[in-house]
Amino acid sequence: MSEASNRDAAGSQPRNGRHGRVTVRDLTVGYRERVAVEAVSGVFVAGSLTAIVGANGAGKTTLLHAIAGLIAPRHGSIEITGAEVPADLAYLPQSDSIDRDFPISVLEFTALGGWARIGVLGRVPMELRLHAMSALQAVGLDDLAGRMLGELSVGQFRRALFARVIVQDAAIVLLDEPFAGVDAATSDELLRLMQHWHGEGRTVMVALHDLDQVLAIFPATLLLARKVIAWGETVTALTPEKLLEAGLAALPGTRARSRPAMPSSR
Amino acid sequence: MSLWSILVVPFAEYAFMRTALVACIALAVASGPLGTLLLLRRMGLFGNVLSHAVMPGAAIGFALAGSALAVLSIGGLITGLAMVLFMMIGTRFGEQREDVSLAAFYTASIGVGVLVVSLRGTNVDLMHVLLGTVLAIDVPALVLIVTIASIVVASLAFIFRPLAIQSFDPAFLRATGGSDIAYRAIFLVLIVLDLVAGFQALGTLLAGVPLLLPPAAARCWARRIGPLVGLSIGFGIVAGYAGLLASYHLNVPSGPAIACAAALIYAASTLVPASRILMTALKATRPI
Repeated sequence: MSEASNRDAAGSQPRNGRHGRVTVRDLTVGYRERVAVEAVSGVFVAGSLTAIVGANGAGKTTLLHAIAGLIAPRHGSIEITGAEVPADLAYLPQSDSIDRDFPISVLEFTALGGWARIGVLGRVPMELRLHAMSALQAVGLDDLAGRMLGELSVGQFRRALFARVIVQDAAIVLLDEPFAGVDAATSDELLRLMQHWHGEGRTVMVALHDLDQVLAIFPATLLLARKVIAWGETVTALTPEKLLEAGLAALPGTRARSRPAMPSSR
Repeated sequence: MSLWSILVVPFAEYAFMRTALVACIALAVASGPLGTLLLLRRMGLFGNVLSHAVMPGAAIGFALAGSALAVLSIGGLITGLAMVLFMMIGTRFGEQREDVSLAAFYTASIGVGVLVVSLRGTNVDLMHVLLGTVLAIDVPALVLIVTIASIVVASLAFIFRPLAIQSFDPAFLRATGGSDIAYRAIFLVLIVLDLVAGFQALGTLLAGVPLLLPPAAARCWARRIGPLVGLSIGFGIVAGYAGLLASYHLNVPSGPAIACAAALIYAASTLVPASRILMTALKATRPI
């Protein structure tokens, strides 16, 4: 995948040049009796790239769901300015939330990223098809455009999800564990793509587990254990004490680094 | 007896056969795409449960007004919609697991339905409600069936895309601004409408047949949505035609004959993937 094809596919900045800022105030979200996220307050500034880190069950997915409008807050509010939701918000779910047996081709799946713009009726316009095709090119999946979604490997499917986000062309991008279960090469390429979105001025939030990746790439980090443990610059947020407090005993840097730090795509 | 006299003459000579065939075609055209989506949503059994939910309403309609079709249909529509409401509230707030409450509701539906029909009617009436009277469909009934089928097809044409997205990635639909509840409700209402139309012909026990068997058979042959829908419609029409012919020549009840024809098509279709697997296995074991 070349840097040039990346740029072609994603354009130079979000549609309409919007810059989304997400302000969370005293947010509490839960399911039935269980409170998953409690009293979270803070700001994802426009154009920021934030890692959302925490142990399993810390509320990362719930927080993303709340921002994406998939679950209503029990208390508090989420305010999005500078971008029009839902059109300007793209959410990449964990893979297991999608029924991959559905009979749809990779190209069709990718083009669905634009369905909100073409609406309920109407054929898929050629322009959207081309957009989807170049998005698939950007994630290195153009050879498999005609394949069925169910035939893709885990890593390929993740690439397809990224391609759909490219087509959505949103100012705010939420990624829920986008690198889980994929090999290092795929994860590196997708990381680069994500950094590219950051470089275009999109507001990007990523729930993930790999602290090495977080330290190497993400300028800002939200450390979550139902409540906010730390939220700010990554180096100040991920101190050993705070990681312990968040229930993440494994300290960064103690594991062998699997890959060199990523060059910025800017 | 020539092929012509076997395959065509029954329909050429008898108006009730033609009416029944038109009804079957209308049902197949509406049920093909609807049933395809139903199966893709992994809601096949739920469709069957809903078809039984039409029963108590139709039975109450029968108890009130005899076999007046309009009353039966309205009754069936009401209890079918009540079931949809019950189900949507249940999945949202319920503590009970969905399959448990569905199983309870559906056995209760049949029990209540049979009881109510028996209070007023004969065993023949009961058979009509349970198994339908496709050969007794008159013009008003046909108009009702065709109207319902048209409503279903037109609605689907309008909202097929979001319904398809919802089938496999509901979170994406909601995140992009589609209303989960609205589309689900519309889809379930279309199912109930289709079942009300189907119950005229096939009775409450078999109303789910056009919705379930042809799409299930189509899945053995095709993998893409377009062919799936097309084949479902085709199989539905063939099953209706073959069932009516069998009913005519062999003097068997028409609704069950149509259901058996659809089941035969399904059974034959399952051989397709099976043979494919067999071929692959044979190829794999063959020495190079």
